[in-house]
Amino acid sequence: MRKELHPKGLEIVTVALDVGGIDAAKPFIERAEPEHPSLIDQAHSIDELFGVVNVPTGIWIDEGGIIARPPEAAWPGKAVFRKMIPKELPPDTDPWVVRALEVTSKIPTAPEKYVEALRDWVDRGAESPHALSPDEVLARSRPRPREAGLAAAHFELGQHLHRAGFPDDAVPHFREAHRLQPDNWTYKRQAWSFADPLQRPNDIYEGDWAGDVEKSGPENYYVLPDF
Amino acid sequence: MILESLDVDVAELERRTGWALKPQGACKAEFCVPMPAHQGGTIDASVVSERLGMALVEDATHGLWALGPDTVAGRALASAEAPELELPDWRGEAFQLSSLRGMKVLLLAWASW
Repeated sequence: MRKELHPKGLEIVTVALDVGGIDAAKPFIERAEPEHPSLIDQAHSIDELFGVVNVPTGIWIDEGGIIARPPEAAWPGKAVFRKMIPKELPPDTDPWVVRALEVTSKIPTAPEKYVEALRDWVDRGAESPHALSPDEVLARSRPRPREAGLAAAHFELGQHLHRAGFPDDAVPHFREAHRLQPDNWTYKRQAWSFADPLQRPNDIYEGDWAGDVEKSGPENYYVLPDF
Repeated sequence: MILESLDVDVAELERRTGWALKPQGACKAEFCVPMPAHQGGTIDASVVSERLGMALVEDATHGLWALGPDTVAGRALASAEAPELELPDWRGEAFQLSSLRGMKVLLLAWASW
């Protein structure tokens, strides 16, 4: 994707939302041998700055630094997790994994349309029907009530304490962030992954990945672009 | 932003949140919010919190506070102008989003978890 669009004036900047920092993200980044800027965001600061709440999320920014599309689900290539769903599972597969895969298969994605739309924007800029006006960008950005601001402050304390070597003291802040902004999946999945890498039900947090996606409806998991 | 004291450094406030303290108040993009005068290079976090709708959360055990994002616009984006994003790349080199002015950018968030 980048090979095709970089000569036409597009740069792809990836941002890894990982409190674990480079150690968490490096195995993936090294395998990809990136030529583009590949950034590490330990504090999930783009949640605060842009209103990101899930991954993968894409934001389009034009040559003048003006946002042309606010955060929305993005697949510039393939929906990777689709490839992770095997046709047949070994009989001794953990029942939670089976359930998580079932839930995953119900989440709608639209990778082909995303790539087409991105190409069109790179070719035609503001003339592309996919480039939004500044007013539309603001209107489509995430609502930020008081609770979302509080959630961000708690998450920031949580990630700070976790990184400073106080993972137990981070937990109450992560829990508050989850309670205050239940549809922020980066806050939830980050903390759950510390309790259990597979994000199964655990004793530390109320939620778990498959359970929470089912509860809120797999069709609501991503904000899909209207291409 | 994480605070070790309730006296917020105004330069740090601007760098971290984009809100600059000017004679007419705290300003970001085309918005200005009136602020009481401050002395020296710091301003009281509770004043900033109240005026800009930024949550101020304390962790008493560690003597820390976090000042959340502003909620004055009621939306995550108050302006279509992309905020500055300053993060290290995977080799540890500092990177600024504004260094790509003149190019289109797809900012793509992902995670290992």
